[in-house]
Amino acid sequence: MAALIEIEKLTKRFGSFTAVDEVSFSVDRGEVLGFLGPNGAGKSTTMRMLAGFMPPTAGTARICGADVADNPVEAKRSLGFLPEGAPTYPEMSVSGFLAFTASIRGFRGSEKADRVALAMAQTQLEGVRLQPIETLSKGFKRRVGLAQALLHDPPVLVLDEPTDGLDPNQKHEVRELIRRMAPTKAIVISTHILEEVDAVCTRAIIIARGKVIVDAPPRALEVEGRSLEQVFRSLTLGTPKEAA
Amino acid sequence: MGGMFRRLCDLLAAGWLMWGPQAGLPCRPALIVGRRELAAYFATPVAYVFIVIFLVLAGALTFTLGGFFARGQADLMPFFSFVPWLFLFLVPALTMRLWAEERRHGTIELLLTLPLPQWQAVAGKFLAAWAFCGIALGLTFPLWITVNVLGNPDNGVILTGYVGCLLVAGAYLAVGAAVSAATKNQVIAFVLAVAICFVFAAAGSPVITEFLSNRMPALAEAARGLSVADRFGGFTRGVITLRDLVYFGSFIGFWLFVNAVVLDLKKAD
Repeated sequence: MAALIEIEKLTKRFGSFTAVDEVSFSVDRGEVLGFLGPNGAGKSTTMRMLAGFMPPTAGTARICGADVADNPVEAKRSLGFLPEGAPTYPEMSVSGFLAFTASIRGFRGSEKADRVALAMAQTQLEGVRLQPIETLSKGFKRRVGLAQALLHDPPVLVLDEPTDGLDPNQKHEVRELIRRMAPTKAIVISTHILEEVDAVCTRAIIIARGKVIVDAPPRALEVEGRSLEQVFRSLTLGTPKEAA
Repeated sequence: MGGMFRRLCDLLAAGWLMWGPQAGLPCRPALIVGRRELAAYFATPVAYVFIVIFLVLAGALTFTLGGFFARGQADLMPFFSFVPWLFLFLVPALTMRLWAEERRHGTIELLLTLPLPQWQAVAGKFLAAWAFCGIALGLTFPLWITVNVLGNPDNGVILTGYVGCLLVAGAYLAVGAAVSAATKNQVIAFVLAVAICFVFAAAGSPVITEFLSNRMPALAEAARGLSVADRFGGFTRGVITLRDLVYFGSFIGFWLFVNAVVLDLKKAD
């Protein structure tokens, strides 16, 4: 069986600047891929291309076999995507917003209500279900974005910094949630928090200046008594000139 | 008070989204997007400011410059003659935030990664703005009641006049939406949309056509043919022709197509 996420030589250029340079990888069911790299390394750009938001300059991305460029609606149906910064409509209530995304995804009636309720339960949002999103704290907003991505129980999850802005307890909850879902899904998370990779990921990719530098299980990176942080620093600071 | 009202609106919007009538139409995603968008207008002061200013200006112009009473005729001609010019400024104010707001909140990334064809998102946003203009127009009903109390107007003509107003609003909205997709800057979106709409509004005016017919007679005819105001004139006299409907339909369709293309090119900028 083909992998749920297949990326082949994905490239994005902005003018003369190459943000993502021939990135290839695939993610199978049951894998949690940690996407690491310094700011501006191309993490979000890669995720945007994978989610079908940004058209790649070259290369292909497939979700459950559907090409995101040729067959976008089909690909997006199998995808739960948390964009960078967890954008939501600020004037909507939490349940109104989730009901909106559920409607677009084709759920109706009691099934829709159930899906919304379950997504709110998974992300501990029941207490604020009728509050306008703009009145919520950063951690709650992030979880609303996460709930939106989980709502349709997609086989593929792409989460751009899912735990950014959460307090330690909430981080723990989200990691537990990702771990629980992991066996049945292919999950990609980008993060700056290296301990998170150890905690939830079965595999780590380090990307710098648009290129994949390392693709290995986190344990394999920590051999010879080096911490993941030391590995990360030595790999991404390899050249003195830092990527913008 | 404001907060309570807002809460009520949110509740209504949430309820509407949960249990609203949902036929199995192929354009269902567009309707869902449109419904959310329309609810969003009323969740912010935009809707109220727009409607109040529109009603005040429409009323004031009709009764002062339009000479509603002095004319001694029971019709809404003075009102209809001002509506396209009011829309010229008010509609771009409505559309300038259409895509800019989505960009500012980053929700464009969310909306366009949901499983719906991009044209449905474009159509949904347009439909919401159009429905909103329809609501604003509908709220001018006291004028209609007034002429019916004062005399015996031809209500058929009044109805076609309203249809014409709605089509003019649709035409300007489509232009404004396309411009809004092209630029992040709301001021630029507003000014450009007014300018483009003005070209189409004024193309049939005597100043332009006389100028053109003296120099380039062929262009004068083309300008008249493209003029929104000229097409609208028929509606205010109670005449709906297929040509005019095709004109408005293709005008709106063209600009929505431009909107979708521009959006596709610039969405990630």
